[in-house]
Amino acid sequence: MEPHFKADPGGAQKGMRTLLIILALLALPPAAHAVDPGEVLKDPALEKRARAISKGLRCVVCQNQSIDDSDAQLARDLRILVRDRIVAGDSDQAVVDYVVSRYGDFVLLKPPVKAATLVLWFGPVVIALIGVMGLVLFFRRQKKYAAELNKEIGK
Amino acid sequence: MNRLAYYIPLVLLGILAVYFAAGLGRDPASLKSVLINQKVPEFSLPPIEGSNKGFSNADLKSEVVLVNIFGSWCVSCRIEHPFLMDLKEKNIVPVYGIDWREPDRQAGPRWLKKFGDPYTLIGDDPKSRGAIAFGVTGAPETFFVDKKGVIRYKHLGPITEQNWSRTLKPILEALRKE
Repeated sequence: MEPHFKADPGGAQKGMRTLLIILALLALPPAAHAVDPGEVLKDPALEKRARAISKGLRCVVCQNQSIDDSDAQLARDLRILVRDRIVAGDSDQAVVDYVVSRYGDFVLLKPPVKAATLVLWFGPVVIALIGVMGLVLFFRRQKKYAAELNKEIGK
Repeated sequence: MNRLAYYIPLVLLGILAVYFAAGLGRDPASLKSVLINQKVPEFSLPPIEGSNKGFSNADLKSEVVLVNIFGSWCVSCRIEHPFLMDLKEKNIVPVYGIDWREPDRQAGPRWLKKFGDPYTLIGDDPKSRGAIAFGVTGAPETFFVDKKGVIRYKHLGPITEQNWSRTLKPILEALRKE
């Protein structure tokens, strides 16, 4: 009778190797960004500025990605627009303002601090402070109770 | 200590729940455009193939018009298209077109030839420059531009019989009276 399972002395090692290859592949950086080689500016300094600006601009189609990360066509067109304006001599701020004037603050992944966004920026801090105050009050009261109890017992 | 204070977290939770429940129903794409009540930003688009006149912001100055962003690839634009033809045939309001991101230079003209051309002027916009000028996120989008070349209203999605008579027609009438 044939055994159902043939001993395969190399099997465990093969499995190990496959696992190692998979792990090595996982360790590779993911396809870094969506920028096409054709989009990249020749001047590395300008390209660096373009990348930095693109990272802060939201892809308006996909909403939670920057245009630097997004493969959406509109994101691509915005990246090219950012580069065109940089090449035309705009400052970083002017490029950002140009996009914000058309899409609003929403297009900034990091919203600016201003009257309309105060709650967004400082709300969590205020809530945390209220929590800390509550805790302080709670422990103070505990202490007072304890002191009173001790006094009564002491009597 | 006042026992009512124990209900404060519950009340806060209630307020938050109402706030978030209201937010659930909102379409994240329907952001209020920052361009409302702003002059049409500068743009200048070349003509589509087969035409000799493009479309730029300088064309929008003397009357109330619609600016419609469309593309032959856009299914909702196809749905909206017969209504735009209606607007033209009945002479209701001039519609200017931005032909956005056609896959090739013939696609737009072919589409218009097949279904009819409702536009007074059309700009070809392969690189989204016109679309970005209007802060567009998808097609179709339609803008009311008043007599002074100021953007007054943004409509997301196709124009239909229903939203025309309910929303857009009253706006047109109000803008004409200004």
